[in-house]
Amino acid sequence: MAKYREACESGKFVISGEIGPPKGTEVNGMLHHIELLKDLVDGLNVTDNQSAVMRLGSMAVSHEIVTRGGDAIFQMTCRDRNRLALENDLLSAHFLGIRNVLCLTGDHVSVGDHKDAKEVYDFESVQLIQCVKRMNEGYDWAGNELGGATDFYIGAVVTPESDPIEPQKLKYEKKIAAGAQFFQTQAVYDMENFQRFAEYSRGVTEGKDVKLMAGLVVLTSVGMAKYMNKFVPGVFVPDDLLEEMASVPKEDALKKGMEICARHIRFCMDNKVCDGVHVMAIGKEEIVPDILKMADLL
Amino acid sequence: MDGWPARQVGAGSGTEDVELIISKQKPFEEILESLSANESVYIVGCGECATMTQTGGETELAAMKTRLEEAGKKDVATDVAHSACHELDMKRIFRQNKEAAEGADAFLVLACGAGTQAVREGTTKHVVPGANSLFVGNVKRQMVFEEKCSLCGECVIEAYGAICPVTRCAKGILNGPCGGTNNGKCEVDSEKDCAWVLIYKQMKAEERLDEFMVIHGPKRWNAVERPGRLDGREADEVKGAA
Ligand code: SF4
Ligand code: SF4
Repeated sequence: MAKYREACESGKFVISGEIGPPKGTEVNGMLHHIELLKDLVDGLNVTDNQSAVMRLGSMAVSHEIVTRGGDAIFQMTCRDRNRLALENDLLSAHFLGIRNVLCLTGDHVSVGDHKDAKEVYDFESVQLIQCVKRMNEGYDWAGNELGGATDFYIGAVVTPESDPIEPQKLKYEKKIAAGAQFFQTQAVYDMENFQRFAEYSRGVTEGKDVKLMAGLVVLTSVGMAKYMNKFVPGVFVPDDLLEEMASVPKEDALKKGMEICARHIRFCMDNKVCDGVHVMAIGKEEIVPDILKMADLL
Repeated sequence: MDGWPARQVGAGSGTEDVELIISKQKPFEEILESLSANESVYIVGCGECATMTQTGGETELAAMKTRLEEAGKKDVATDVAHSACHELDMKRIFRQNKEAAEGADAFLVLACGAGTQAVREGTTKHVVPGANSLFVGNVKRQMVFEEKCSLCGECVIEAYGAICPVTRCAKGILNGPCGGTNNGKCEVDSEKDCAWVLIYKQMKAEERLDEFMVIHGPKRWNAVERPGRLDGREADEVKGAA
């Protein structure tokens, strides 16, 4: 059941994918993606009202993955719930067999599809990490003893392309101090810059068992790459990749993006840059097996 | 017709050090709709915040009176209270202007929500808020206001270089920037500075980055039981008494 954690702790190069729950009750596409990927990767993230857009819940889908024999990384944001609800959901997730939790502050409601909603942020990511750690130790946030502790593998995120980077690095170190055991990065494309970040990370995690996974989002077109550069803070697609994407006819762009992704997986793996990768195909999960093949991993 | 004379405020009156309840007049159509069942209207303004924000000072009340009369309202009275949120003052004004107060079928308040509810205490008639209350704002320059404190009940900004993350970070994060800080601007609104970049720079300048690494727990949201009430006659510690 703790497949992802075992993979991380074994020292092998870890690969995870991502499932975005749908908006509505039509779940066949998602179930197809789960079936396709659950045995090919070590774990599958399940997003939590991603981009502040209301969808099917992360806990239910994480449970489905676990039931089908895969391992789920339950994403949890602090945007929609106060501490009572977060802790309650952690216990519920544990009850349902979910063992990995990725702690996020969460995108602001103003970017989503319920812009009038009140955002909560009673906790933020660092405090949620601390809270999960406490529950693993047998106590709730208020200090009450739990009738049985949780056993979560605690994850968090970091943005290596953040501008400025210095306060982001300090926050990364705070997340480690708070109890984060693995990190998945925001999408990275500039491998040299990521390598520098990973070197820094090795320095600050020395002697601690903290894993760093490169977040790789598959480019699907030049337009998508340019859009991210312009509108997604903390994501930077360098010029040589933009040119590479533009060098092929439109209909081959996705294939090019998959090649780049496979190349980056190999780069991280062959150079031992980090402990694994987290591959995101954003709704096109059916291409992930081919990417893994291109990277000689299947 | 007046209570205390409205304080003269505006350019050159030391606007740099004030903190105000920032309010904005509601659209006139909405005000008219709220007053649709009323004939005669008593408009109340405020000599403090609402004057400074040009929501409900002498000028705005005169303009509102004209527009209401043009829209067919009769016997429109106006009164700029010294501070609309002072409930005793409000009652005194209505006693002084008994005839107009008794003759009006509705009170239109061009001040913040606190002022509107002070009027509520002074009359049993229909009271209409004529403004939206936005935030407690610092005055950057004339008619430019920024929210820096959201009255959380327990001030923690000593730990943050005297820059409030509770209010100035769009997510109220207490432990460092989110992944979205963009060139020092906030991901939620690129017009606004990322509070966490400001805090980082300030603490770095003070050589306090070791304190930046302190993990802060969440806010104690019960530091003030809402709705807030303070009886300063009882709370000695508030006055600094032993
Ligand atoms: S912490 Fe922020 S919101 Fe709270 S009292 Fe201080 S400045 Fe105001
Ligand atoms: S960009 Fe800065 S101010 Fe905006 S939500 Fe993130 S940390 Fe807060």
